[in-house]
Amino acid sequence: MSGLDMTGLTTGPAQVWGGIRLVPLLRDAPVAGLRLHRDLRGTDGAQEEAEEYEGPCGGVSYVPHAFVADWSGGGGPGASYGTRLGPGGGPAEPVRIPVSAHRRPVRRLRDSGRRGPRRPSRASDRLRFLPLQVALAGYLSLHFRGPSVAWDEWSRSAVRNGLSPREEAAYTGTSVPGLGEALRIFEIHPRQCGVLLYAADALAAAFVVPHPADYRALHGTLVEDLYGELVYQYAYFARPVPAFEARLGDGRHLRSLADLRAAARNAEAAWRRDHDTVLAAGLLTGGYRFERVYTMDGFTVQRFLPGFEPGREQHIGELIRDHKGRTAYLKTFRLSEAQVRRGHLLDALHREDWHPERTAAALGTTAEELVRRITSAGFASLLKHGAQRPQA
Amino acid sequence: MEGGPAVNPVGPVGAEEHAEPEEAVGDTRSDLVAAEDLLLLVNAAITATGQREFRSGAAEQRLSLAFLHEYVQVNHRSLYAAVLALDINDHNAALIAERLLRTAREATPEQKRTEGRLIAARLALLPPQRVYRLFRALRTAGVNNRRTRAVQRDWLAARPDLGLDAVKYRRELKAAVRHAHLPARVLDTGRAGELGDFLFRPGARPRYAHPLLDAHRRAHYEQQAVYELPFTVAEGFAARHGIPRERFLERIAPRMTRLEKLRTAEATGGRTAEQELSELPLTRLALYVLALPRAERAARRTVLTAALRAAARRAAGPAAGTWGRVSAVLDDSYSSYGSGVKRRRPLAVALAAHFLLEALAAAYRPHWTSGLTDPLMAHPVGPTPLGTRILDALADSPARLVIVSDGWDNAPPGLAGEVLRLWRGIPAPGRATAVVHVNPVYDADGFDVRRLAPSVPTVGIRDAEDLAALVEIARFAEGRTRPAELRAYLDRRSERFLLAHERRTHDRRARDRLTHDRSADGERARERDTQEQRARERGKPRGKRNDDASTEGGRG
Repeated sequence: MSGLDMTGLTTGPAQVWGGIRLVPLLRDAPVAGLRLHRDLRGTDGAQEEAEEYEGPCGGVSYVPHAFVADWSGGGGPGASYGTRLGPGGGPAEPVRIPVSAHRRPVRRLRDSGRRGPRRPSRASDRLRFLPLQVALAGYLSLHFRGPSVAWDEWSRSAVRNGLSPREEAAYTGTSVPGLGEALRIFEIHPRQCGVLLYAADALAAAFVVPHPADYRALHGTLVEDLYGELVYQYAYFARPVPAFEARLGDGRHLRSLADLRAAARNAEAAWRRDHDTVLAAGLLTGGYRFERVYTMDGFTVQRFLPGFEPGREQHIGELIRDHKGRTAYLKTFRLSEAQVRRGHLLDALHREDWHPERTAAALGTTAEELVRRITSAGFASLLKHGAQRPQA
Repeated sequence: MEGGPAVNPVGPVGAEEHAEPEEAVGDTRSDLVAAEDLLLLVNAAITATGQREFRSGAAEQRLSLAFLHEYVQVNHRSLYAAVLALDINDHNAALIAERLLRTAREATPEQKRTEGRLIAARLALLPPQRVYRLFRALRTAGVNNRRTRAVQRDWLAARPDLGLDAVKYRRELKAAVRHAHLPARVLDTGRAGELGDFLFRPGARPRYAHPLLDAHRRAHYEQQAVYELPFTVAEGFAARHGIPRERFLERIAPRMTRLEKLRTAEATGGRTAEQELSELPLTRLALYVLALPRAERAARRTVLTAALRAAARRAAGPAAGTWGRVSAVLDDSYSSYGSGVKRRRPLAVALAAHFLLEALAAAYRPHWTSGLTDPLMAHPVGPTPLGTRILDALADSPARLVIVSDGWDNAPPGLAGEVLRLWRGIPAPGRATAVVHVNPVYDADGFDVRRLAPSVPTVGIRDAEDLAALVEIARFAEGRTRPAELRAYLDRRSERFLLAHERRTHDRRARDRLTHDRSADGERARERDTQEQRARERGKPRGKRNDDASTEGGRG
C-alpha cells in the first residue's frame, strides 16, 4: 500500500567489518517530543543533562516491544507487549507479560563513575530484550490479533520444551559471525539515530530512534537479538565486503582546494544515492500494509506487514510516526523463507476470518491439508482438538 | 614506499604525480627491498607491543610481529641487529635480543662481535624486569651458548645494587644465576657469599650486612622492617601482617617510585601534587589527564594545562619555535580509545602531540576529527572524517602538516588517500607543505602501521616526545633517499649508541673502583680490629673467651 517515510534521515558513510556492513542513519535534528522512557535509559556513565521533554503535554515517551524491565507498577519483571507510548514524565505502564526469573539478564549497564562507593544498581539500570524469535511470534500474534495469553503460553512452552524441530534455527547475534565485533568497533556518529545492518550486503535489520542519546543507549542491544537462519548463513559464508571507498577521479579539472572539497561532497552524495536505491531498496520500496495501533499526542504506533511473497526480501516491523507521517522509531525484522511461508498462511487465515474451509479454498488446498500446514507451522495451539474452528 | 616499481596497495593506480626516480648506480633491487623491509620493521618496532588493540586481538598482534621479526632476521641480519640502536620500544628490543641470541649459529664471528656489543648496550637501557623476562625466555627456549652466558654475566655484574634485585626480583635472579652457571663470588664483591646464601639458602644466616637483605629477613616477624623494603615487596608483607592499607601507603610513601605513587594516588581517591605532575614526561602526563573524568579536568584546568605545556617545552628542547607554520590533524575518534589494556593511548599520543607541536611551531592550528575546540576535554567519540579534516588543514597553507591517526579513515573511507593524492596536482603559487603521518597503532594484517596514501611518509609513534626524531626517519620512507643513505644513517646511529654506552660503562667502573677502595680500606681496618681482639683474648680463661666470641660473632 505504501512505503516507509524516511524524511529527516540521511544515510551516512558505512563501516565494514568482515561480512557485516553497518550503515548509519543521521538526523539533523532529533524528533521533538519523543524519547525512550526515562526509566529505561539507565545510567550510561556519561553525564546526561536532565532532558526536558518537549511538547504541550510534557512530551511522549515510548517503550519498545518485547522490552524486559522491572516496571514501576510492581509485579516483577515483565516484557512489554507491543510498543507503547506514554506521557513523558509518568511511569511506563505497558501491557506486561511476566518474565520468569531464570531468564538471565543479557545486558547490564555499568554504574556511572568510578569513584566513591558503588551505588546499588537500581532495577531501572537493567535493560533487556526478549529473544527475537519470541518477540517475532508475539508480533505475528499481535498482527493477527491473537490474544496475549496465547503468546505467553507459547513462549513459556518454547522456553520449557525448546522450539519444535519444525521451526527453523534462530541464532543470537553473538553467534552470527562477525556481528559482535562489527558492533563493538563501530564508531557512533554524534548525530546518529539509526542503523541498517547488512550481512553479506543483505539487509538483516533496520533500527531507528528519535534521539541520538537513545541510539547510544540501545546500540549494543542489536547483538542480543535473535536472527534468522538467512542472516546467520549469509554472515557465515560471506567474504569480506568491499568498503566502497570514495573515488575522486584523476583530478584533471581540479583547480583549487574548493574544487577538491566539492568533489568530496559529490562523492558522499553519490554514496547516499547509490545506497538508497540499491542496497536499501528492499526495505524502502513500498508494498506494506500498515495497521494503526493507537495514537497519542500526534505520534502513532503502527505495525506493518509485507506482502508475504516467497522468494523476495520481506521485512516485518513496528514504527512510530509523527503527525507529519515521518518515521520517528522503527524496528524491522528480516523474515526468512520459512517465516514468510508461515506469514502467508496466517495472512490467508486472517483474511478469511479463521474459517478453515474458506481459507483452504482460497489457498487451493483441502481443509485437512490446511490443518496439517497449521500444525507444521507450529500454531497447533490455536486449534481445538478435532480441527474445529480455532478460537478467534 | 616509492623508489621502485612496486604496486601500491592503497589508492588507485595513480603514480603519475611522481616522476620515476633515477636508479643510482649500485642500487640493486635487493637493496631497495631491504630498505623497505627495514622500514616495516622499524615502524612495527616502535608501535607494536603485542597487546590487544582496538581492532585486533593480542594473539594476532604477537603472531604478526613474530613473523616480521623472523623474516627480517633471516634475510637481513646485520640490519636487524642495527635496529637495536634506534629508539624502538622495550618489548621489541627484548625480542630482537632474544632472537639474535637464539640464532647465534647463523652469524659470522664478525657479526657476533657487533651483535654482542649492541645487545649489551641495549640491555643496559632496559628496565630490570624486562631483562629478567628476557633471560627467562632464553631459558625456556633452551639457549645457553657462551655468548648468552657472557651477556647475562656482564649485565648482572653491571647492576648497581644486586641486593635490591635479590629482594625485588628474587625468583628471576635465582633462575638467571643458575641458568648461566654463575659462581656467586662473581655477584658478591666483598660480602663473603651473602647474596648466594640469601638466594639459595635463606635460613642459613642469622643476619646480613646488606641493609635490604636484612630488612627482608626481619620483615617476616617485625612490622617496622616492612617500611624499609621496596613498595612491591612490602605490599606482600603488609598483607601478611594485616596492616590496614591507608596506614601502609602513608608510611611507605618515601619508598615508592614516581609511577607507583601515581597509581596508588588514583586508586585511593587522592590527588597528585603539582610537584609530581611537573616531573612526568609528556605522554604519561597526557595519559594521566585523560584518565580523569571531565568534570575534574575542568576543575583543575590551569594546573593541568600548565603541566602539559611545561612538559611539551621540555620535550621540544632547543627546537622550540623553529618549525614555522604547522597544522595538525588529530584523531580523537572512538577507535582512539585503544583497548582495555592500553586505554586511551592513541588519544594520549594525539593530545601530547598537540601540545608538543604547539611548542615547536611558530604558528599552530589543530584540527580534531570530532571538531573539538578544547583539547583538555578530549574524549574518544565519533567517526574518523580524516578527508574533510585534511582539506581544512590544507586550507591554512601550512609549512608542515602532521597527521596523528591510526589510519582507519571511515567517513567516507578512502577520502583521505584521494585528497592526499590529488592535492599535489593542484596548481597553487608558493605552497610547499611537507606532510607526514604518524600512526600509534600497529596493524597486524598489514605488517605495518596503516598508511593513508603511498605518497605520504608514515611512521609509527609510541611516545609523542619522539615526534621530531621520527620526522627525520620519515624522510627515508618518502622514497627520495637512497638505500645507501639509510644504511649510512643506521651505521652512524649504531656508532653513536655504542660510544655512549661505553662512556657510561667507563664512568660507572671508575665510580665503583672509588667506592670499592673506600670499602676495601674499611675492610682492612675491621680485619685489624678482629686480629687484635683475638690476640687479647688468647690471654683470657676459657669461659670468658666463649662470651667474647659470641659477642664478636654477633657484631660480625
